[in-house]
Amino acid sequence: MGGIEPQSRWQASAFLAAGSSSFTDFLTMTAPELLPVGASVSAGGAGAASNDIPHGTTIVAAVSADGVVMAGDRRATAGNMIAQRDVEKVFRSDEYTCVGYAGVAGTGAELIRLFQVELEHYEKLEGRSLSLEGKANRLGGLVRSNLGGAMQGLVVVPLLAGYDEETGRGRIFSYDVTGGRYEEQRFTGVGSGSLFARGALKKLYRDGMSTDDAVLACMQALYDAADDDSATGGPDVSRRIFPAIATVTEDGFKRLSEEDAARYALAVVNERMQLPDGPAAQMQQITS
Amino acid sequence: MSMPFYVSPEQVMKDKADYARKVLTRIRSGVVITCDAGILFVAPNPSRALRKFSELYDRIAFAAVGRYPEFETLRKAGVRYADMTGFQYDRRDVTSRGLADWYAQLLGSLFTDSAKPYEVEIVVAEVGNSADTDQIYRIIFDGSVAEEHGGFVVMGGQAERVAEVLKESYRPGLSLQEAMGLAMAALAVQNEGGSSENITGDQLEVALLDRSRTYRAFKTVAGPRLDTLLAEAKSPAPLSASAEGSLPAGSDENSQPSADAPDEAPESS
Repeated sequence: MGGIEPQSRWQASAFLAAGSSSFTDFLTMTAPELLPVGASVSAGGAGAASNDIPHGTTIVAAVSADGVVMAGDRRATAGNMIAQRDVEKVFRSDEYTCVGYAGVAGTGAELIRLFQVELEHYEKLEGRSLSLEGKANRLGGLVRSNLGGAMQGLVVVPLLAGYDEETGRGRIFSYDVTGGRYEEQRFTGVGSGSLFARGALKKLYRDGMSTDDAVLACMQALYDAADDDSATGGPDVSRRIFPAIATVTEDGFKRLSEEDAARYALAVVNERMQLPDGPAAQMQQITS
Repeated sequence: MSMPFYVSPEQVMKDKADYARKVLTRIRSGVVITCDAGILFVAPNPSRALRKFSELYDRIAFAAVGRYPEFETLRKAGVRYADMTGFQYDRRDVTSRGLADWYAQLLGSLFTDSAKPYEVEIVVAEVGNSADTDQIYRIIFDGSVAEEHGGFVVMGGQAERVAEVLKESYRPGLSLQEAMGLAMAALAVQNEGGSSENITGDQLEVALLDRSRTYRAFKTVAGPRLDTLLAEAKSPAPLSASAEGSLPAGSDENSQPSADAPDEAPESS
């Protein structure tokens, strides 16, 4: 039998081997059971059960003048139940990227944890960070390795946003379950409420808008998603749970503090007290 | 087929140890030193690509001297071990003690099992919240491990002579500049003329486990930042700069008024 036997896990030879700089490759070789993705599920096992598993819902991202903004609601749902009110779905993946996910919460969170280690591992072994495309491709590979799970209903799709140090601008990458990677030029969203969020962003987004404005636009979009999608959580004023917001600019990743997120969220909530549907877009006047 | 002669295990071990020790005393020393700002690593290294110091995990660094491909293999192995441990458990569960122990086992078995021992000497260092919680472990080619409590370690080369200088002048609570000056002065005993005055940034590799950072503490000090640090390290003490210059080669840097670290008069080798 070829390959490394399972009992060789943690054996010195695996660590000393001249392998690739990918942590996932290393795990695949030495300890595949630690991989969150690619776990085989017996046929038909997950499909019925997937409604009982917590799912993360809506994430949006928008390019701003000096980088990129990512925002996510805080709700996880299991079928018609709210599984958690303050779940985290937006993460720092390294100094110049952030990543969020929609779909099965357990797989999603583990996928992102693996992605974080993957980036840091490469950086430590090679002495430099991956290029932004390299990071985007790597994340696509991780998603693809979950294809088996996805086919059985354990779907998770990430969203990657980063500041490209080479070109000096923010960039967004979205994914499908096969690992297909799509660069988004301006804004996008994933998850159950993303249809509504994208519609809202379409009307609010302006090219070259400031990071502040982009944060507010994302907050508006999440409000609209929560307004029309039962699985997306809106700002929870009584419990003071507000959407998670991250920005990535030349200065690196920044997670907005609870107070700052509250400030943006409450501004939107107050506005909606007067205008429940939010700001109205300007219409062109037709003159005959 | 010729029959190999019997060689006693004692002789085998001794030969291997002598071999490694001989190589390690021929190279240049590296210094690891605890100071206010964190843990400072200094070694002569003209190469920019082949590094001796690097990050293992959040607050843990790896330093090595000896044969490059061998300690590079060990460094990568350590990163793999640390990342795998941190991924399986939690980031806080990766400790310098665990890594030092693992390296000791690894080097120990490599020493006994392979025909040629690794010609390396490594240090695993973890920066704490204050200098007295810093941990520095030194592991040598046969897997012997020692926790160093003195605040500094010398790796390889003429370690005893270099350590002597450190022992004389080291005190807890050194500033980064003082620690740098002291490291330079200590390393200088292996130079001709025993002076560190004409050492420039491009001949050195310097790194710091920065105590003030909350997340990943390791950073390489190079380029303009290293030049600044070197200049500050050379000029803090208002000692009478021995301008007679014990250096034979009058190189370009000598115009700088400099006394090395306090207490360190240039000595001849």
